[in-house]
Amino acid sequence: MAQYEQDIAVYDSRRPDEPPDAHSRPTSEPAWVKWTLIAIAVLFLAALLLLPLLTVFTQALSKGLGAFFAAFTEPAGAAAIRLTLLVAAIAVPLNLVFGVCAAWAVAKYEFWGKSFLTTLIDIPFSVSPVISGMIYVILFGANSVLSPYLKDAHLQIVFAVPGIVLATIFVTFPFVARELIPLMQDQGTAEEEAALSLGANGWQTFWRVTLPNIRWGLLYGVLLCNARAMGEFGAVSVISGHIRGKTNTMPLHIELLFDSYNFAGAFAMASLLALLALVTLIAKTLLELRYGDHLAATRRH
Amino acid sequence: MDIRVQNLRKEFSRYPALNDVSLAVKSGELIALLGPSGSGKTTLLRLIAGLERPTDGRIFFGDEDASGKSVQERNVGFVFQSYALFRHMSVLENVAFGLKVRPRATRPHRSEIRRRALELLDLVQLSGLDKRFPQQLSGGQRQRVALARALAIEPRVLLLDEPFGALDAQVRKELRKWLREIHDRTGHTTVFVTHDQEEALELADRLVVMSQGKIEQVGSPDAVYDTPDNPFVFGFIGESSALPVEVDNGELWVGGRVIGLAAPDTPKGHAQLFFRPHDVELVPEGAAIAGVVAASRRVGGTRRVELEIGGAAQRVEIDLPFDHPAGEQTRIAFRPKRYRLYPAG
Repeated sequence: MAQYEQDIAVYDSRRPDEPPDAHSRPTSEPAWVKWTLIAIAVLFLAALLLLPLLTVFTQALSKGLGAFFAAFTEPAGAAAIRLTLLVAAIAVPLNLVFGVCAAWAVAKYEFWGKSFLTTLIDIPFSVSPVISGMIYVILFGANSVLSPYLKDAHLQIVFAVPGIVLATIFVTFPFVARELIPLMQDQGTAEEEAALSLGANGWQTFWRVTLPNIRWGLLYGVLLCNARAMGEFGAVSVISGHIRGKTNTMPLHIELLFDSYNFAGAFAMASLLALLALVTLIAKTLLELRYGDHLAATRRH
Repeated sequence: MDIRVQNLRKEFSRYPALNDVSLAVKSGELIALLGPSGSGKTTLLRLIAGLERPTDGRIFFGDEDASGKSVQERNVGFVFQSYALFRHMSVLENVAFGLKVRPRATRPHRSEIRRRALELLDLVQLSGLDKRFPQQLSGGQRQRVALARALAIEPRVLLLDEPFGALDAQVRKELRKWLREIHDRTGHTTVFVTHDQEEALELADRLVVMSQGKIEQVGSPDAVYDTPDNPFVFGFIGESSALPVEVDNGELWVGGRVIGLAAPDTPKGHAQLFFRPHDVELVPEGAAIAGVVAASRRVGGTRRVELEIGGAAQRVEIDLPFDHPAGEQTRIAFRPKRYRLYPAG
């Protein structure tokens, strides 16, 4: 998914040194091919992305603004929003730290089992989210090996917030690490070595050299991680137990409203989730513009 | 600060990169570690810096045993092959970094740091470029920023890894002269790694010729060039030609003929004769090495010819004046003016 978006970004950013008159180039096609391709792409995206998005918003507002806002203020809806934000607020920072650690280990060190670790990082991407939810139910559920200890400690994980957080962390783990590993591998360890040779300790080296070098990639990874954390359905659905007002996140609440024929409410909530996603997307685009500027600034002259 | 390296050994996953190396660098000296790639010269430099841990052996800075010290504690100025400038910092920030990260007790005041960084930029002739970022500089300028950054921490020794490796020939020559000047002015003990013999010969007070994780010879440029200890050094430094010869009766023989070179103290038997292609004299037929021109090409102001000695079995190269009439199949006889003999083996 991240790959796909990057491809689009590459396609959009024509090199500045490209001649404005591209018709003479041997690789250029006739105009009708170009416009047909563009039309197909635009129509396809409109039909598959724009139309549903419009539907979400029209449906959400079909019963008026009052009903629209009521969906957010009624207790179960408000609880779902709060829970979603809480889960994202816990899962994203944790994955930020884990992701940086994992990327650091993979990119800067050589150790036994490194390729295995790289594979492990990819597992959440390749496993169906439903399975990852089930893993935690089996691991921490009522009949699990761990359940006596959890009961003694009065820890409720399955069908409670901790389980939802765990499942979300699992599902969103690769976003930060995947974003950083190629970046850090590309940068190597030369600058870190230089910092150490100049007398900086490990902590100073990380804050002053490593982190500034990866900041844009890190932000990008965090944004993707956040979008997924708020939108995750499958894993959370299995482990949450769908307790209305308690363990229902926004996606689960939407499903619940939808199944009980409350379409206006479901779509109102969906529009909020879509809005959050759009904000993330816009933030990402702004970052890319900023990032591009940053790159261009350092390449000018 | 003089540096002593004692019986240093370094293995990378059981593969020895450096094998029992000992070396003494005098204070204020400019030393070149010279060798082909894989000879262990960069490993030796990184061990001195503390960027690698030795498998065995000791490193002394003056009288102090630095073997167990971290790279920070050793206080060395290290210039990396690809410069490793901090890409998100300006030139000034790069140079000031080493002072900025000092603990509060020894850190100079902000204005003092700035003053010193600007002074160093002046020393490396980069005044006015302090606000630029590394990507906005040419290779030669980056190299000089890297050096200023390394000098900023007032290092005890200066270590440079292939300092001019990534630069084009013209810039290299300029920077070489300039580095020599900086060294003479600051008086730092300096060790640099290079695979470029011309650079090493021109720049260094002493050369350390390395091959396969061992030191082959240590000496002044003159000593290493004129009296190489072994065939490797002879072949690696400067142009060389080699020819198998027989030693008998204090004379050298090729193909059953005396070639007019004396070997007074050499025992009878096989040996390898080494000489420089430009260091030969042409002689009329007689007691000399004689051969037939097999190939000839123009090299600068001379003509280098390849001679077949005794049929196609052996080939040596010698230099002729560019206007020498020799063509293919011309028979030429010569004697090396200076030569070295090494036991065959």
